[in-house]
Amino acid sequence: MMAASENTREIVNRLKQDILRLQGVIPPDSPATRIGLGPVEKAFPHGAFPSFGVHEFICRCREESAATSGFMGGLLGKLMAGGGVCFWISTSRMLFPPSLVTFGVQPDRVVFMEVARERDVLWAAEEALKCNGLAAVVAELRDMDFAQSRRLQLAVEKSRVTGLMLRSNPRIVGATACAARWRIAPLPSLPADGLPGVGFPRWEVELLKVRNGNPGCWQLEWAEGRFVPMVRRISQASSRMKKIS
Amino acid sequence: MEKRFASIWFRYLTTDRHAIRKPGLRTVPFALAAPVHGRMVITEANAVAEAQGVIRGMVVADAMAFLPTLEVADEQPGLAARLLNVLGLWCIRYTPLVAVAPPDGLILDISGCAHLWGGERRYLKDVVSRLRFRGFHVRMAVAGTIGTAWAVARFGTKRPIVQNGGEADVLMDLPPAALRLEPEVTAKLHKLGLRTIGSFMHMPPSVLRRRFGEDLPRRLRQALGREDEPIVPLRPIPPYVERLPCLEPIRTAAGIEIAIQRLLEVLCKRLSGEGKGLRAASLVGHRVDGKVVQVGITTSRATASIPHLTKLFGLKVPQIEPALGIELFVLEASGVEDADPVQEALWGGATGLDDTALPELIDRLKGRAGIRAVYRYLPDEHHWPERSFREASSLTELPSTGWKSDRPRPTRLLPKPESIEVTAPIPDYPPMLFRYRGEVHPIRRADGPERIEREWWLDPGEHRDYYCVEDDKGRRYWLFRAGHYGDDSSRQWFLHGFFA
Repeated sequence: MMAASENTREIVNRLKQDILRLQGVIPPDSPATRIGLGPVEKAFPHGAFPSFGVHEFICRCREESAATSGFMGGLLGKLMAGGGVCFWISTSRMLFPPSLVTFGVQPDRVVFMEVARERDVLWAAEEALKCNGLAAVVAELRDMDFAQSRRLQLAVEKSRVTGLMLRSNPRIVGATACAARWRIAPLPSLPADGLPGVGFPRWEVELLKVRNGNPGCWQLEWAEGRFVPMVRRISQASSRMKKIS
Repeated sequence: MEKRFASIWFRYLTTDRHAIRKPGLRTVPFALAAPVHGRMVITEANAVAEAQGVIRGMVVADAMAFLPTLEVADEQPGLAARLLNVLGLWCIRYTPLVAVAPPDGLILDISGCAHLWGGERRYLKDVVSRLRFRGFHVRMAVAGTIGTAWAVARFGTKRPIVQNGGEADVLMDLPPAALRLEPEVTAKLHKLGLRTIGSFMHMPPSVLRRRFGEDLPRRLRQALGREDEPIVPLRPIPPYVERLPCLEPIRTAAGIEIAIQRLLEVLCKRLSGEGKGLRAASLVGHRVDGKVVQVGITTSRATASIPHLTKLFGLKVPQIEPALGIELFVLEASGVEDADPVQEALWGGATGLDDTALPELIDRLKGRAGIRAVYRYLPDEHHWPERSFREASSLTELPSTGWKSDRPRPTRLLPKPESIEVTAPIPDYPPMLFRYRGEVHPIRRADGPERIEREWWLDPGEHRDYYCVEDDKGRRYWLFRAGHYGDDSSRQWFLHGFFA
């Protein structure tokens, strides 16, 4: 009985791997390409952050877009580690470039682009995602339909650039072809040893949708130049996940 | 055929140029000066100033002491050489062989040219009158050797045209400086009482060489035509323009694209052969109805890559209105720079700001969204948040200072701080709660104040006391109070940014 269930699990695992391969999900080259998100990465196929995909971040207010910018900064710091360049496309100059230093990004290695219309953001993002000289492309936009996200995802699959779409106040959150949909919300900080003042940035990181992966909710802190998972809440989240499944 | 040379001397080259730009300087004493050992020394004075005793090498303060009306301007380094180059290229209309004779002259090889103007006298008159009309003081002489032409242009007192074989007679009465000698040699000759060339012309060359070095006998031989003197003629750079006349007028977008492709192939072949790249180009289409349509592109790095430039022009094709058809295309590279040789195929995968793919992407984006749309930031030496970074001038400009990360800074900054209502204990405590856009935010945690003084030499106003605060839901804000506590303390609190 025991051996049979072992056997079944093995077969299921192998079939899962086959499905992933048929769907075009490429296993990561080496563990060194890990982005350092800890438990969050386990939610993705092959247990690694899909660097060659388009990620969608949903923000409902300015505070959330600030938190998302910080989280993206942490991701960009890892993606641009090899001297890469990032492209940041938006319709307004809201990002404060010197703040990116905190998240390990040299702001002078970020090329900004400001366009007047939302439509041009999508066009510029697609052009930038086609260019394989970049490490990542960030685009701030409001709405994106399935066809548009599909175009971006196809561009990414060819050039292997990471695309991060920051969608603030989206009118419709419909189905997209993105690799993952995130929501980053700020959480009260906890300075060590009960010290007064504001502590390290802390977020509730929610994966609303993951292609071929498991959605979930985690708490992360940005401390000493890396993401630090909050252990207590992870167990809760995983237990909640178990309950759901 | 016998050789004939002309020498043109621009006596007041750089001051004349200033006078052309500012005609008022022509009639007043005017001089150019450059710093030498901490003193301003006159490098050139115009005719009016020279007549009143201002000479080259004089200290400006001394000159001003006896001539208070003297106008002085800073010398521009390299101006004389540039001017001579331009004038030399202009002179190519008189002879194909023009050479620059620094610091203030030109040499023209006019063998076989003068008869086109009806003789050397008319030729000389034409050159001189045209240059004088432009505002230059010039002297010109024609002789069978460069040395004699040079000497007569500067020191000659009689006829400016010397026939071949008559060099020795003319040189006889001229001072030794007319032989293009070093100042030390000239001074030595004067000391020995040899005040004219004639007084030592017939001395044996071995004696002259022993006393005055190799230079004097060589210059003498050159002036008398016993030794050849090569000149390095100026080569005009043909403009980077290509023309494509069409047998049938072009009316379709596909046709225009083919025309662009053809023009670029010729132009880029020439550019890459010369190690140059294109920074700006314009395409002019002459239409059948006599009108002209024009589009322009710019690139962020000198490039001669045909596919890239075709793409850039391809973005502009919809703006070209062919109407009844375009019968002539002219492609002009208005900005050309030296290009770095790049091995595009081999290193194509490299990432970074030096990558070739990035400037090409930026050119495409700029072509559609505008030149100001793409920018990079560099740190700037200011504490004031809005001024702590500046736009970089180019894609490869490196930061001169490091980015500061010692103080917490918000990831999102409002372009203009927004006014908020605050309840705060005085004098310097962080607020207890604030109201922003109708929502009350009770503050749980706070850091501050961090006072940032306004740079009064840049703009007037109050300083700011910044607080980093966190409300009950964990949202973090950057607030500040403008100035000290005053009477209308309710109006002086602002929200400036959002932390991650």
